[in-house]
Amino acid sequence: MGSWTRSGVNRSPHRPPSPPFPLLSRSTLRPPPACFPPQLPTSRASQIPRAPSPPPHLSRACARAPRDLKLDTVEKIVEDFASDMALNPFSSGTRLRDMIRAIRASKTAAEERAVVRRECAAIRTAISERGQEGLRHRNMAKLMFIHMLGYPTHFGQMECLKLIAAAGYPEKRIGYLGLMLLLDERQEVLMLVTNSLKQDLNHSSPFIVGLALCALGNICSAEMARDLAPEVEKLLRSRDVNTKKKAALCSVRIVRKVPDLAENFICLAASLLKEKHHGVLISAVQLCTELCKASKDALEYLRKNCIEGLVRILRDVSNSSYAPEYDVAGISDPFLHIRVLKLMRMLGQGDTDCSEYMNDILAQVATKTESNKNAGNAILYECVETIMGIEATSGLRVLAINILGRFLSNRDNNIRYVALNILMRAITVDTQAVQRHRVTILECVKDADASIRKRALELVFLLVNDTNVKPLTKELVDYLDVADPDFKEDLTAKICSITEKFSQEKLWYLDQMFKVLSLAGNHVKDDVWHALIVVISNASELQGYAVRSLYMALRAYSEQGSLLRVAVWCIGEYGEMLVNNLGMLEAEPPITVTESDAVDAVELGFNCYSADVTTRSMCLVALLKLSSRFPSMSERIKQIVAQNKENMVLELQQRSIEFGSIIQRHQSIRSSLLERMPVLDEAAYLVKRASATQATIPSYKPASGVTPGDLKIPNGVAKPAAAPLVDLLDLSSDDAPVTSTSATPNDFLQDLLGIGGTNLSTAGAPSASTDILMDLLSIGSSPSQNGLLDSSSPAQEKKPFSAVPQVVSLVPEPMDLLGSLSSSASSSAGTKSSTIVPQAADLLDGLSASTSVSGIDDACPSITAFQSATLKIVFDLRKQLGKPQETTIHATFTNLTSTTYTDFIFQAAVPKFIQLRLDPASGNVVPASGKGSVTQGFSVTNNQHGQKPLAMRIRMSYKVNGEDRLEQGQVSNFPPGL
Amino acid sequence: MILQYHTSEIIIFTENFLDNLLRGLVIEYFSVVRPDAAHPANATPADQETQTRLIAIPSQLPSSNLTTSQPSSSSPSMIRFILLQNRQGKTRLAKYYVPLEDSEKHKVEYEVHRLVVNRDPKFTNFVEFRTHKVIYRRYAGLFFSICVDITDNELVYLECIHLFVEILDHFFSNVCELDLVFNFHKVYLILDEFILAGELQETSKKAIIERMGELEKLD
Repeated sequence: MGSWTRSGVNRSPHRPPSPPFPLLSRSTLRPPPACFPPQLPTSRASQIPRAPSPPPHLSRACARAPRDLKLDTVEKIVEDFASDMALNPFSSGTRLRDMIRAIRASKTAAEERAVVRRECAAIRTAISERGQEGLRHRNMAKLMFIHMLGYPTHFGQMECLKLIAAAGYPEKRIGYLGLMLLLDERQEVLMLVTNSLKQDLNHSSPFIVGLALCALGNICSAEMARDLAPEVEKLLRSRDVNTKKKAALCSVRIVRKVPDLAENFICLAASLLKEKHHGVLISAVQLCTELCKASKDALEYLRKNCIEGLVRILRDVSNSSYAPEYDVAGISDPFLHIRVLKLMRMLGQGDTDCSEYMNDILAQVATKTESNKNAGNAILYECVETIMGIEATSGLRVLAINILGRFLSNRDNNIRYVALNILMRAITVDTQAVQRHRVTILECVKDADASIRKRALELVFLLVNDTNVKPLTKELVDYLDVADPDFKEDLTAKICSITEKFSQEKLWYLDQMFKVLSLAGNHVKDDVWHALIVVISNASELQGYAVRSLYMALRAYSEQGSLLRVAVWCIGEYGEMLVNNLGMLEAEPPITVTESDAVDAVELGFNCYSADVTTRSMCLVALLKLSSRFPSMSERIKQIVAQNKENMVLELQQRSIEFGSIIQRHQSIRSSLLERMPVLDEAAYLVKRASATQATIPSYKPASGVTPGDLKIPNGVAKPAAAPLVDLLDLSSDDAPVTSTSATPNDFLQDLLGIGGTNLSTAGAPSASTDILMDLLSIGSSPSQNGLLDSSSPAQEKKPFSAVPQVVSLVPEPMDLLGSLSSSASSSAGTKSSTIVPQAADLLDGLSASTSVSGIDDACPSITAFQSATLKIVFDLRKQLGKPQETTIHATFTNLTSTTYTDFIFQAAVPKFIQLRLDPASGNVVPASGKGSVTQGFSVTNNQHGQKPLAMRIRMSYKVNGEDRLEQGQVSNFPPGL
Repeated sequence: MILQYHTSEIIIFTENFLDNLLRGLVIEYFSVVRPDAAHPANATPADQETQTRLIAIPSQLPSSNLTTSQPSSSSPSMIRFILLQNRQGKTRLAKYYVPLEDSEKHKVEYEVHRLVVNRDPKFTNFVEFRTHKVIYRRYAGLFFSICVDITDNELVYLECIHLFVEILDHFFSNVCELDLVFNFHKVYLILDEFILAGELQETSKKAIIERMGELEKLD
């Protein structure tokens, strides 16, 4: 409070804080809140009439009032006003009432702000001046009103504390009210009030004790709870019922803040349950409930000692005759009913004895409570919850479920809502009983009220099982057509997850998904349609049906984003099935689609205004594929693709140029390049999908649907760097040993490069590098892929790698093919490079290889660095251009025995004049019988190049059938000159 | 008022206009709460004018920090806050039983108002709000909203609201919005006699009115 000072400008300290004047000093007090219009204080002051009374806004309020207000209200105001004038001892300055009127009379927000600002300034002045103590609580009340309007009132916090410390009840009342409104438990200032609270808790007046208890109960922090718990405990024993019930609820707060304190309250709380007064009883019951949550001991204690008391309370209150004081719609104190039932639930949970004790009274409440009023239903609701919660008899459970059935058919929306709510919890107890209400619940999904719909949908989702999935899904899908747009997203997600989870036959799944895509394709999540594509790819007998259905759906619903994507993908892949009606199902009507129709559909999709880059890219890929499927359309497709050579989106531009080249110049390899995608591994995809993090999905997912490649990345080779890509593209299990992925005949890269199968057939690890394809054809515009592609250099590079006859594997390096010339040898060593030479892979543009500058100078022949009966190690040596002392070595480890080595670790040691840097190995499992190998790259720098030859000691440790093995050796057969 | 705290520049731009508009309407809504108008179903036809959809459905709201300030061990089924707002979104009473920043409070008030103000009177009185649930009831132009745990007994809080309104009605003898505005501190006092620490303290209307009478004498 002392941080600001009053200005000394022309103001005598005793001048009353009348409205216009404080503005003069406002600028020195505190900068105005940001929302205030920046006006100079002086000019503002001159605009405001100087006469302090009567304030102009007041007269305006009076002038307006009679016209609009109801007569009795006006009379009341006038009376209040008069009584205020007579009774209020502080008639100087504005009173609370006047201020509220002035604020209400403000015509604009700006005017209101001005009034508030004026008042705040006056209050600040009053705070800083001495001799204004009498006005303090009035100022505080004003501040609270201002606070309620949303203006900052931090400067009043200390005033609260002063008021609390004052002696009289009126001051304390406003002080505590301010404390609760302006402060909360997190403020440091609150610590200062602990002492005042302590004094007030011990005050002789029960009213002041009540105030303190109330404040403590609403805002106490953990520290205060610890400090003041003894006082509250003492007050629990008080004779005054008001004090007792407040103390009980205060204890609730204390126990919530500091659960350790629970044990102090157990006995007291239990003894309070014997009271007759409802206020004390309900507070005590709530305290007991809180204690049960906080401490196991309390739970046990109450189970032993209080269960009879509780049953008695409930019996008394439910059997009591008409008591006007507590009567709500003919039911005596429903609030107490409900709190007792809740506590019973806590006690009976998992305790058969307790539950047994309650059975009778619960049955009585459940049967005898009137259910035509809200209060009765509230009790029944709680009673059902308790029956579901405790170890109730089966008869009681039936009773409860029947009550829910009645609720569900109630006309009141509130009751139906709570019924759905409990049914959701009841489903774990008794699924069959809930299933009986399936039809009603399904109706609730279509309710106009969003709250009910949401609950019902969640419940339906829980109700679905193998037997009812088809009718339920049909209902939901039918409803999807007319559902509210807001609701479609939820509904779509639920339908998709139901169909995926419970689909027994693929045809049904496809049908449902096609319907959903057609009706709400814009709400379908990416992973859902990715999964659909995986399923289609796996269901060879349904591919024709799928593409035809999608084609028809696309014609009817061209605006649905994900429908378009799936349809375009399928048309690209299975175009010929569309045109030739291949793979017809029995009940399927034949359709006539020409090749040109198919291309039209994709072109339309491409030009659809709502299509995004991903969709357009997919369309381009589909067109490219169609150019090979329908050679007659090739020319037209070329034109469509060519239109995008100047597309503003880099991705599309780049693809269209590349695809144009493929169509135009590489007819010989086109058909094999654009073959149908190999079957995607469904199980692995599902695993991936489940484990895929949200972060990687959005950027990489789109590519998975469109990348036409055998997605088998050599196991582990590219793994560390390309983990997300693996995640996305390696749809085969990446845990499979290398040997499992043998060379596939339709390996794209093979075709792409025109490499004969002869040498590849001997490949030890031939899992061909379809990274290339990924980069060539993949569409996701992820920067990493673009970076790899380095599209500015279309030149293809011919790399003079040394071929190793025994271990042939193809380089999974995009840069090798697409010519990222900056790729250093070390990065290629990170992947796999015991390779075969890609023969003049002048793929895309036919620029001569001479334009490419290889980063690798020359390659020395590879050496067999180590060979024993069990293990063979081959080193591939390469030199960096201009760095004669540096050698990049690529080691390939081959297992010569028939048992797999696990935990394989390769270590190397060199003399001091040589520096060694090891890259991570491709894996630590060496498959048996030379069926695969582990590779590891490392580089050595010979600091005494030309003087001393390279020398190295190596050690390999691994496990055979869990047994440790160790092999060592020295490599001395390095070629000279290293 | 609310507008200036929460919204984009566009609304600030039209603030004066809206404010005037609202002020023009204000008087019309000061109808006195009568017992027969207490139930939403009995509201006058003029009160049921809007059938428009919710602006935002609760599930789309950002996740709540209403619970973050709570000790994680127990999830108390307590009242998180009580709001009393008029149709224009002016807060007439706001009582928080969980600590929230002031800015957060304004946001909560704004969002709750948006949620409840346009709901069809035939709809449920429960709206999901962030991770909690708001039970609201409308009396003439005033909305009483209580925010509780998602698993709590909604119906009983509906009764609570009604009991609270009855107490107010008794205390102010035919309460109207103006009573609540000018005597806001007394309303807080009544509330403190009715609910404490987010739990029900007294269920007897008579007891609270008597207690208030005693307290009035001290003032």
